[in-house]
Amino acid sequence: MFSVFIQPRHPVLKKRDDFEDVLEERRRSSDLRYALRCYTPTLYKGLVPCKASMLKSIVLQSDHLQYVIKQVSSESGDSAECVAEEASLILDEMAHRLQLSTIRFFAFTLSKAFKRLFRSVCVNEEGIQRLQQAVQEHPVVLLPSHRSYMDFLMMSYLLYMCDLPLPVIAAGMDFMSMKFVGEMLRMSGAFFIRRSFGGDKLYWAVFSEYVKTMLRNGYAPVEFFLEGTRSRTCKSLTPKMGLLNIVMEPFFKGELFDVNLVPVSISYERILEESLYARELLGVPKPKESTSGLLKARRVLSEDYGSMHVYFGHPVSLRSLAEGKINRSQYNLLPRYIPQKPRVDTHEFLNDAAFRLVRIQEENMVLKPWVLIATLLLQNPDGLELSFLTEQTDWLRHLALAFGAFLDWPNHEACSEVVSCSLALHRHLLSVSAGHVQLNVTDAPQDETTPEEAVFHRAVVVLSCASYRNQILHVFLRPALLAVAMQSANSNRKDDVYNCFNFLRNMFSNEFILCPGDSVQDFEEACYLLMKRGVLQVLEHEIVMSASGHSTLAFLCSVLDPFLQGYQVVCRCLCEETNENLTEKEFIPAVRSFALKLILAGRLKCCEALSSDLQKNALAALLRLKAVRKVKVGDQVTLKVNKIAVNSLEDTLGKSNVNQNSWCSSMAMLK
Amino acid sequence: SRSSPTAGARSLSLRQEIMKWNGWGYSDSRFLFNKKGQAEFTGKRYRLSGLILPSLKDWFEGTFGANLQHRSPATPSLNLSAVAPPNLNQPFVEDLKAAGLAVSHDPEDRVFRAHGHCLHEVFALREGRIGRVPDMVVWPSCHSDVEKIVELACKHNVCLIPYGGGTSVSSALECPREETRSIVSLDTSQMSRILWIDEKNLTAHVEAGIIGQDLERQLNERGYCTGHEPDSMEFSSLGGWVATRASGMKKNIYGNIEDLVVHIKMVTPRGVIEKSCLGPRMSTGPDIHHFILGSEGTLGVVTEVTLKIRPIPEYQKYGSVVFPNFQQGVACLREVARQRCAPASIRLMDNEQFQFGEFCFSLILLNFFLLKNFCFKGFDPQHLCVATLLFEGDRGKVLQHEKQVYDIAAKFGGLAAGEDNGQRGYMLTFVIAYLRDLGMDYYVIGESFETSVPWDRVLDLCRNVKERIVRECKERGVQCPPLSTSRVTQTYDAGACVYFYFAFNYRGLSDPVHVYEQVEHAAREEILANGGSLSHHHGVGKLRKEWMKESVSGVGLGMLKSVKEYVDPQNIFGNRNLL
Repeated sequence: MFSVFIQPRHPVLKKRDDFEDVLEERRRSSDLRYALRCYTPTLYKGLVPCKASMLKSIVLQSDHLQYVIKQVSSESGDSAECVAEEASLILDEMAHRLQLSTIRFFAFTLSKAFKRLFRSVCVNEEGIQRLQQAVQEHPVVLLPSHRSYMDFLMMSYLLYMCDLPLPVIAAGMDFMSMKFVGEMLRMSGAFFIRRSFGGDKLYWAVFSEYVKTMLRNGYAPVEFFLEGTRSRTCKSLTPKMGLLNIVMEPFFKGELFDVNLVPVSISYERILEESLYARELLGVPKPKESTSGLLKARRVLSEDYGSMHVYFGHPVSLRSLAEGKINRSQYNLLPRYIPQKPRVDTHEFLNDAAFRLVRIQEENMVLKPWVLIATLLLQNPDGLELSFLTEQTDWLRHLALAFGAFLDWPNHEACSEVVSCSLALHRHLLSVSAGHVQLNVTDAPQDETTPEEAVFHRAVVVLSCASYRNQILHVFLRPALLAVAMQSANSNRKDDVYNCFNFLRNMFSNEFILCPGDSVQDFEEACYLLMKRGVLQVLEHEIVMSASGHSTLAFLCSVLDPFLQGYQVVCRCLCEETNENLTEKEFIPAVRSFALKLILAGRLKCCEALSSDLQKNALAALLRLKAVRKVKVGDQVTLKVNKIAVNSLEDTLGKSNVNQNSWCSSMAMLK
Repeated sequence: SRSSPTAGARSLSLRQEIMKWNGWGYSDSRFLFNKKGQAEFTGKRYRLSGLILPSLKDWFEGTFGANLQHRSPATPSLNLSAVAPPNLNQPFVEDLKAAGLAVSHDPEDRVFRAHGHCLHEVFALREGRIGRVPDMVVWPSCHSDVEKIVELACKHNVCLIPYGGGTSVSSALECPREETRSIVSLDTSQMSRILWIDEKNLTAHVEAGIIGQDLERQLNERGYCTGHEPDSMEFSSLGGWVATRASGMKKNIYGNIEDLVVHIKMVTPRGVIEKSCLGPRMSTGPDIHHFILGSEGTLGVVTEVTLKIRPIPEYQKYGSVVFPNFQQGVACLREVARQRCAPASIRLMDNEQFQFGEFCFSLILLNFFLLKNFCFKGFDPQHLCVATLLFEGDRGKVLQHEKQVYDIAAKFGGLAAGEDNGQRGYMLTFVIAYLRDLGMDYYVIGESFETSVPWDRVLDLCRNVKERIVRECKERGVQCPPLSTSRVTQTYDAGACVYFYFAFNYRGLSDPVHVYEQVEHAAREEILANGGSLSHHHGVGKLRKEWMKESVSGVGLGMLKSVKEYVDPQNIFGNRNLL
């Protein structure tokens, strides 16, 4: 397998565009005049966007929808008119009503807001130019990363600014419940989809036809979030296939020559929802989207959120992506308006494409120096001397750059300067005293707080901080998996290391973006990066650590440490669970209280095990690996745990987690 | 080196003498740019002959970025030394001669029968490159001659390649490189008689070597026609039509070749295959005619065919309709097909072809018409397209029919644009093939190819294939955007036949034919991906063989192979087409 050195990806050599601050101009001239300026977007084939009412009738009259209406009508016994009426209502609920006046309103207010929130909003000029080109060639699908509510407002704002056609945006229905705001968003191009509509054929038909009609006719770029929802952890989420399939189908069926998929990476120096997310992960339920909630967020306006970066990636031609992977003639034998479930190969393609697009998003995500500092602070819960932190940050910076990180490091500034600036911006997460920097985890607990509350308080800070470290995980992920694999393999044989690597990769493929089927390539990439860095020597059948490689490997191992520990906690919890009928709903609270107990007993230091995101991902992995099964009993879904399998997974993870061997043995003693 | 049998036999009548050896059609008819830079069409055979076409140059230079200063002339005459000496199977030759058959191993005779009219074939000839050619030619003069030849071929194990009109565009006539046996071209041109006409049943029994225009002319003299008019009818043969499943322009009235044949006689290595009666339809298992139709010379030689004939129509009328855009035009054709009221012929050209006709042949009337009426009706010259029509039948019915079609057209924004424009459109059909030779004199190469596709995919297929061609050309270093156009040439209940014309300027390319072939290959893949068929009537030959399995399934291909296996176990008919 390793005799052929599979062409390594060279992330380091990736050339990236320069940025320009779009707020600079806004700070100099009138926002009002800007909002009222002449807007003449570049259009696809010179097409003028069609009116919402026209769009609606095209969708309702479409062969596809008519077919499904008849089908639903004959299955349900309702009259076709009745079903058609229902379809029309669904469409009313869903459809956008893009209005230029609303956009102008947003252009004005957002200019004001952005200037208060951000020091700068940086956009890659060349990306905009490429997009301008792409929009004229083929219908465009914009695929931004999703970290904040701000994302799609910012997207529309920027496109308006650059005279690009305004996108129509797939938004979750929860926005719509915000009375006034929902309608405003609708008028700025959002269309609303229900979060779940499982088997509702009619809903799916209306929804997919609506999106396809916009795309096929090239009326407006379609924008949606591959990740499906905002990532609460700042790690990219496993992409969702539904909408991607919808926007690709017109190409598969020959209705479009090509579609340009444009990944957009939006990164924040400080995320507006930072502590909100942390609380949510710890089980404080997310406040329902409401207008008053948003008003309360006004407080947010008075804070400094640093800078924001938007990177428009190279348009990816769907045609080239599908070349040799999709046999389009599979659609020849069925009228195209009859909905077809994607075949296995189409599904694989979708999956693969989605992962690749998210990877592109990740790679183009700008990382601020704070991300490096956060990584170090999390690895040193007892804090560091400022001077040592500065030294370490500089070391890490070079490592990250060598691995291809897209780091926004200020030019001509001393490292110490950069570090202290970052610390200042994120001071609410830290305490700095007498040259000693520490995460704000040991705040003197007030008298009335219970130990549990203290733990949660600490966890909020840790998870907030982790959301910054998570941004750089994709850079270290593959080498880190290799580092851990080498440690647990207990052998220098390449095959053994690879097997461990593969096990870990498999275990964590719900946690991180790891393209299915890329195992060998990822391994080669990790080897290549570490070899280039002088950490390893990769021989034909052996992988040997270099004399100077220890510190790098140790660092990389600790990068994954919280995840290894977290997954072990989940496994242990399931093994020790006495309730045979643990439901899916009870899972997270159960793991949370289990982890909490361990922490309170001083047997677990890692607060990240409390994160519901990690817990869900671990469960998904266990389900995928068939160590846990879902069984439907009545309305409830219960989890059937194969304790032997889970136990053995935990053991294997434990071997990988050499740092925590002491912890493991103490667990054993506990039993 | 031609040897005709002596006493009693007819002497050979060969069209070869009046035809180009390295281009399309008659030697005396060709396009050229005269000293003034004006295009003219030489000869006296066509209505366009002798005509000066002043604006063709502008169109030509503008479309292809070509320049009349940059010439790429053909080798003037065949270099006989480039032709490999024949690999003769002497005993076979002796036996043929003894049987009194006309044979030849003259290099010109052999080269003439070694190719069809694919771009790469003609391009090579123009450059004087001669590949593998048949080792000899044999001219049977009747069915029993063919039986004799096939019997001897089996006996001596030589490879036979039937040759009719030589208008193949599927590499069907190319000699397989891997063939080591002596290759014999079996030229059917001497079997060209109408053997009988049955006016009671309206059938004619004809030898398969007859050329389309001769068949039609001779039948016309008796007051009849077959109505089968493929664009190649001046040169293609009845046997060739059967062997490729040909389609004629007026199939809406007369049907395609499979609808026209009542009886086929074919000589195979296993013997003669034919039906026992002339019943108009039979339920006797799968129709054996369908093993023969489209067999592309792989099973045997079609020698005699009984065809349906019709009285010559009383009245013919051309027509044309201008549509604001291609979508509307296609929608109209679809409606005409839905109402099953298609005229004898209805064709829809896209805007590029419309502009070509406009420019080159100065359709002044249309121009005038456009300026007067169309501009303010929202007709954009960059989008409009034109349909040409041909009606046939009794006068009253034709006029009624014509009204019906124009009424439908009006619903799709179509405006009648006169008879003359329609007629010119059809006239162009026969000379358009000559234009390719003109292009090749000035670094422009091109070809047409076709497909059939369900109605709902016509527009998508046309757009995607045209765009694919443009993109592929760009990627392969073609300097100027190519001409990439389509037309709908036939309507059916369930779909249409679509033609693509594609040409580009190849200056600066080191291997233009290879580029051309790659683009055509990509275009065919695009056609298949968009629900189009491998071919509507050109056939598969060797050019499109690679897609046969995909097109008819592995089992389907297996069925065809097993027929071949049974009929011709020695692979005497070894042109290696189709399978």
